[in-house]
Amino acid sequence: MAELLSVGLDVGTTSTQMVVSKLEVSNRASAFAVPELAIGRREILYQSPVYFTPLLEEKRMDARALRKILEEEYRSAGIRREDVDTGAIIVTGETSRKENAAAVMEAMADLAGDFVVAAAGPDLESVLAAKGAGAVDYSEKTGKTVLHMDIGGGTSNLALIRRGEIVATGCLNVGGRLVKIKDGCITYVSPVLQGIWNGRVGERLSREDGEKLASLLASALEMAAGLREPDSLLERLTTREARSALPLHEPGEEITLSFSGGVADCINRERNWQEYGDIGPLLGQAIRKSRLCGGDYVLGSQTIRATVIGAGCHSTQLSGSTVFCQNVTFPLKNIPVITQLHQREQYETPCFLALPGSQAVGYVALQALAAELAEKIQPPVYLCLERDLAQALGQALALRLGRNAEILCLDGVKVSRGCYLDVAAPVGPAFPVVVKTLVLQKSCT
Amino acid sequence: MNKQELTAMVAEILSQMGQEPMVKASDYHATEQSAVQPDSGYRDGDFVPDVTELNLRKLYLVEHPEKESEFRQLKEKTPARLGCGKAGARYKTLTMLRFRADHAAAQDTVFSQVPEDFAAKNGMVEVKTRCRDKDEYLTRPDLGRCFDEENAKKIRAAVQGAPRVQLVIGDGLSSASIVANAMDCAAAIRDGLKLRGIETGAPIFVRYCRVGAGDAIGDITGCELVCMLVGERPGLVTDKSMSAYITYGPHTGVLESARTVVSNIHAQGTPAVEAGAHIAALLETILKKKVSGVALHLEEGA
Repeated sequence: MAELLSVGLDVGTTSTQMVVSKLEVSNRASAFAVPELAIGRREILYQSPVYFTPLLEEKRMDARALRKILEEEYRSAGIRREDVDTGAIIVTGETSRKENAAAVMEAMADLAGDFVVAAAGPDLESVLAAKGAGAVDYSEKTGKTVLHMDIGGGTSNLALIRRGEIVATGCLNVGGRLVKIKDGCITYVSPVLQGIWNGRVGERLSREDGEKLASLLASALEMAAGLREPDSLLERLTTREARSALPLHEPGEEITLSFSGGVADCINRERNWQEYGDIGPLLGQAIRKSRLCGGDYVLGSQTIRATVIGAGCHSTQLSGSTVFCQNVTFPLKNIPVITQLHQREQYETPCFLALPGSQAVGYVALQALAAELAEKIQPPVYLCLERDLAQALGQALALRLGRNAEILCLDGVKVSRGCYLDVAAPVGPAFPVVVKTLVLQKSCT
Repeated sequence: MNKQELTAMVAEILSQMGQEPMVKASDYHATEQSAVQPDSGYRDGDFVPDVTELNLRKLYLVEHPEKESEFRQLKEKTPARLGCGKAGARYKTLTMLRFRADHAAAQDTVFSQVPEDFAAKNGMVEVKTRCRDKDEYLTRPDLGRCFDEENAKKIRAAVQGAPRVQLVIGDGLSSASIVANAMDCAAAIRDGLKLRGIETGAPIFVRYCRVGAGDAIGDITGCELVCMLVGERPGLVTDKSMSAYITYGPHTGVLESARTVVSNIHAQGTPAVEAGAHIAALLETILKKKVSGVALHLEEGA
């Protein structure tokens, strides 16, 4: 049926990468039933080389260099801005804490395409990495509970997947680039290591000391995975909220560990420990020797590219195929989701009101709901329903608010309070939607 | 029987299954009837549990399964009778009873009637095809597609002028589906048409109705399009499923391939009001393109 050209760009602590993919939209329902559009096949058309993320100094991203990378990669991939239907630009790890991160990423998203969204946040990062690494597919196929760890330069993003469904995410400040070295000397120490490690910029780093730090960081990952009693180390490497959620799985629950991210490439392959000018190779080896690899573990089908492939192939979903829309100008970007009407006051922009409940309702109940909503909400009216009712409710609202009111009524998209929606112009009867857990946030710590 | 009692019953049934000894077919030897019947646990005045109340998606009867939780996960996605286990080469008693109960419900539905006052209560004119009764309806499909002069007159009187869209509600093979879904769906269709400024006459209710009766109504009224909501042949999953058959330019002898169908309208399929809103949008497209059925698919695909 239809196809969507999707672009994913991941600007991480260490690396910046781009993928171009084709998402095939197909109708899963029979020709004799109400249509049910879904994204079927995802095909990667182009992968960029892995760039080092351009930084001006440690606190700012180099917007001009990033722009150049994007423009060059569009040329190499043979695509133009106008060809791009959807996609996501995600800024991850330590880079999301740079002062100009939000401004740069929004500008990059505009440059990449009309409906390329800028996103950040450890939750989304964990979700995209787990999907991009194939851990979600692996869990679905095997029925196993998988704890996926995407170990990048600055952060490790955790996702717990039960039977193909991501049920929890977590994040801690463990990565291969918390310490950088050049010619045997330390050139950078991440502030997150304060109070944990004594190495200073300018000092020499012996392999032995590097290994000690790596095994310390690996033990923090063990604690996060419930394989070691947590102590103050875990406390220092996580936020308080993130820590209370760890470990993500239930006590006694059997899990398979899965790894992606640049460091995952160094788990099963020994490299020169100074090859990348950071402690990534040592961290990989430390993980291999730790309890993390003592049991059942797998490497992702994608490792260093997991997050960017997640951003390119898995960030966009389709709404239900019976939905209602009139007078809406697309794309809609960064629309906050609320679950109670009074929460609208917290935002200056229009909001998506999420309506829960999955039981089918009859015509009388539908009219009562429409009457109440029409009375309480001034257009534009954006609704996101759990049950299959969007088109009926939308037309009932249009009859009350008039043919000129701006109304968008979607279903088939799981949302919750605190997330944000981007919605693009429809593909057939369905709308491409990106659910973001956070609009660019300041920090993971 | 309330939910809790049901849950308790299912738990009991399942726990008993686990206790049954496993017998391989090759080890099987007929045993002599023991003189003392084991206590069934039931007393006079007790009710036999209603097997149709059990949720089939949650009923997993395989003994000593290797991957029970994974299989249950799959079962949640389908109403098919999977994971039934077996007793020797056959179904277990529970499976057999449930199958026969569902089959009986399907048969009952075919023979049941839409209540006499259904049309009047919902402000519709009721007409009848040439079938005299349900038996004739089931044995003579041809008579379920046409009207005698008296009923044709009723239709003519009910429909003023030649409307663009004529809604028809027919009992078809499932009266239960019409009672459960038709009026909600029709109301949503009318709202959708009103929103789009498309005129429609009052719906007509047809007793002993086959899909082809809509063609005869096209002949009589001269409407541009007939949209018939009709009860589907009941299956073992639900006896309340309804379809919409949409025919552009309906007349006797129109090809079946000229009909657009929206099937599976029921609470667990596409809910009636949502289907109605979808159908209204579909009707607008069909009126615009002036075709329905396969030709519409081809045009949309092009």
